[in-house]
Amino acid sequence: MSDAAITTGDPGLLFSEHDWSYDAVQRTYDAIEEIALKELGLDVYPNQIEVITAEQMLDAYASIGMPLMYNHWSFGKHFAYNELLYRKGARGLAYEIVINSNPCISYVMEDNSMAMQALVIAHAAFGHNHFFKNNNLFRQWTDAEAILDYMQFAKSYIARCEERHGARAVERVLDAAHALMDHGVNRYQRKRRVSPKSREQRARDRLRYEEESYNDLWQRTVPVDARPEHDDGREPAPRVADLVPLPEENILYYLEKMAPRLEPWKREILRIVRQLAQYFYPQKQTKVMNEGCATYVHYRIMNRLHEKGLLSDGGVLEFLHSHSSVIFQPDFDDKRYSGINPYALGFEMMTDIQRICERPTDEDREWFPEIAGNGDAMGTLRDAWANYRDESFVLQFLSPAVMRRFKMFRLSAEADDPEYLVEAIHNERGYQKIRKALARRYDVALQDPNIQVIAADLDGDRVLVLRHEAIAGRLLDREDATAVLQHVADLWGYPVALEEVDAASHDLLREHDRVEPRP
Amino acid sequence: MHIIDRRRNPQGKSLSNRQRFLRRAKRQVTEAVRQASGERRIRDVADGERIVIPTDGLREPRFHHDGETGHQDGVVPGNKTFQEGDRIPRPDGGSGKSGREGSADGDGTDAFGFVLTREEFLDIFLEDLELPDLMKKSVSRSENTTPERSGFATSGSPTNINLLRTMRNSLSRRIALRRPSTDELEALRAEIAELERSAPDSRRLDELRIRLGLLERRTREIPYLDPMDIRFNRFEAVPKPITQAVMVCMMDVSGSMSESMKDLAKRFFMLLYLFIQRRYRHVEIVFIRHTHKAEEVDEDTFFYSRETGGTVVSTALVEMRKVIAERFPVSDWNIYAAQASDGDNLTADGPEVAAILARDILPITQYFAYVEVSGGVGELLKTDSNLWRTYAPFSATHRNFAARRVADRADIYPVFRDLFTPEKHSV
Repeated sequence: MSDAAITTGDPGLLFSEHDWSYDAVQRTYDAIEEIALKELGLDVYPNQIEVITAEQMLDAYASIGMPLMYNHWSFGKHFAYNELLYRKGARGLAYEIVINSNPCISYVMEDNSMAMQALVIAHAAFGHNHFFKNNNLFRQWTDAEAILDYMQFAKSYIARCEERHGARAVERVLDAAHALMDHGVNRYQRKRRVSPKSREQRARDRLRYEEESYNDLWQRTVPVDARPEHDDGREPAPRVADLVPLPEENILYYLEKMAPRLEPWKREILRIVRQLAQYFYPQKQTKVMNEGCATYVHYRIMNRLHEKGLLSDGGVLEFLHSHSSVIFQPDFDDKRYSGINPYALGFEMMTDIQRICERPTDEDREWFPEIAGNGDAMGTLRDAWANYRDESFVLQFLSPAVMRRFKMFRLSAEADDPEYLVEAIHNERGYQKIRKALARRYDVALQDPNIQVIAADLDGDRVLVLRHEAIAGRLLDREDATAVLQHVADLWGYPVALEEVDAASHDLLREHDRVEPRP
Repeated sequence: MHIIDRRRNPQGKSLSNRQRFLRRAKRQVTEAVRQASGERRIRDVADGERIVIPTDGLREPRFHHDGETGHQDGVVPGNKTFQEGDRIPRPDGGSGKSGREGSADGDGTDAFGFVLTREEFLDIFLEDLELPDLMKKSVSRSENTTPERSGFATSGSPTNINLLRTMRNSLSRRIALRRPSTDELEALRAEIAELERSAPDSRRLDELRIRLGLLERRTREIPYLDPMDIRFNRFEAVPKPITQAVMVCMMDVSGSMSESMKDLAKRFFMLLYLFIQRRYRHVEIVFIRHTHKAEEVDEDTFFYSRETGGTVVSTALVEMRKVIAERFPVSDWNIYAAQASDGDNLTADGPEVAAILARDILPITQYFAYVEVSGGVGELLKTDSNLWRTYAPFSATHRNFAARRVADRADIYPVFRDLFTPEKHSV
């Protein structure tokens, strides 16, 4: 950070004007970077900050935050919807959008004030960025280096398909693929299978080796047997049906590989949507952590800037104003209540971890013996950010203090109960129960219905059978399920059946009508 | 770190998505526009506005749990009074509670609201009226233009050559390059001829001959008119001078006009307004309703309040004559009149109507359009109505009069065919 660049106002301040300027953003970025890397020990991708207008922000909203996106009517629908809310003033726009890519791209709005730009840089360019780069899930499942190139490819590929096959046909495939997006995700690393291409390559190499090391003597003297496995260098082809072993929970993957009559370009589109779903899968599992991490980081950084005399009191007040509205948690009986605010919960838990590390109470020592009073809050947090997802993070770190602050209580009810039962409240007996239940709420595997392909009689009538393993008797919404099944049938090309069984007992709970593909 | 300013990137990235969305939702949007235009004021017909469409066909289904089945379990913040073991009544449907994953973006709802731009609204409105494409284009085009002189150009069509400029350029070039003038050459030749007679072998004669040769060569090499001299008149398309127009809407509001008839009439007035608005920047609308007496009213009263009484059409015409005489001098205003009625009129009033129309109204109006609305096809089969019989002859004798029967939205457009066929009427 260069103090020489500071020209106006209090000589110590990074900026004193309300409006932002490139110089001020650069100065502020440098100051924040110093705090983030040296004091907080964050580890980030290189940053790229892009200034955009409100309309471009709405664009980004509509295309699920990606700077490049193929065309589809549903994005137009979301745009129209968000635009209406924005114009009516019912909803402000986000101050930023950040993309998990390398370099990490943060979009900031042009009409943010300079204090807001500082907040956004701390939040997105360092908070989210650190999380993207270090969290285990992101490291394992997303490729920050390649995502933008891949989207470029996807966009032009789908545009080419529209030219060749008509927008209507492409739209139908995309509709179907989007309907199955939640079920186009690999939850576990697949066993690497040798691709036909590399198998072919191997055969070619072998052949070349034989040619290079040709020795007439061997050919004549060694008795030649039938050599069945060497037949033109190929191994016996595996049965088609065994290419993807069943059951398979990645329905899009199964359709892409196995749908008997799908044209190649449609398979490629399914693949594109599948890749996209996979890319977003970690975000779905880490909402609380990701937002909590970013919020915690910006809170620390902004306060530190103020401590160092780089940020004016007015700037701090402006920051606190938006900070407190971001972490606002309305009560359940409040009109504004719409579930637990991930920003609020994440931020609260992380500041609580800091407290436990630095000023533990007896209760903390009992609940968190490993970290209580270890004095290394940042180290503990960095470890949590790297190795947990929402479900395990809550299960591990939700402390009684946070439960008390939120006044959490646990409700349960059977399907036809007219009343909820209060199972636990924030007291000694309830802490564990609440913590377990809340963790389950963040377990994506429990929240998304578990649906698998269990049979596809490829040699017979080719009916595709899906099975929903219902947990605690929670069945699928019938109307939507039928609509999605129609999409599956259209892709599969033959009838599709869906049965719902109890996950534990495997008793049949409900069978859906078999759906025939549309012509 | 890089800061990149993306604000200047091409806007409207989502335009193609929007078009796809509108195409997909076409049926619903058309229906919504139809409804919206029924509720609108005539003057606002083309403003972009929020419309709400049902979501069928626009849903994006996903497999998800039915909130009403199975065991619900959730954690909620904000406990104030509950103790373990308490029972609290469930809110309706059991949803909206912790057990339900919020489906964002308004998907869960039955209706979907968004804003149409003016162009989009107009397109759909006109399409609904089954306007031919050509007409749609001319309606949505904002202004007519006329070519107007504006300076000079170095290229153009030969008919546009500006002689004065061209010759001036030529002259100055000739002067600058010292092209000898004809007078100069003539004088020289005369002197040579003179010398040839008087002193055939003087040195002076040789000098003059050499000089003449030089000058003649110069004349040949420097053209009198060079392509670089030529200038053309330049024309620029400028919007036509825009004047003002008044549109007089007349409608029979006696009991025999049903709601659907009024709706048809309203659409007719709206369309007329769009056409007129295209030509004049300032358009006033006057509403005159009549039973057996006529009065000028505001738009709401015009369409929505009921009046009982007989039907005497001439009163409306008289009222119109009065309004025009008082407020809209013919020299300053283009006058358009549109009348909607179910055709009822007092038989004795017929001659009076014809007289006023022929003597006072038609000579001063740009156009008089009469639509006879009827409830359905059955009505068309009846014999001609009183008013129709009165008006029918004018269609033949006056080019600025049109009468049409309208039973359906699609019938409205032909009324305008004559009115807005290009080149037929001058503005």
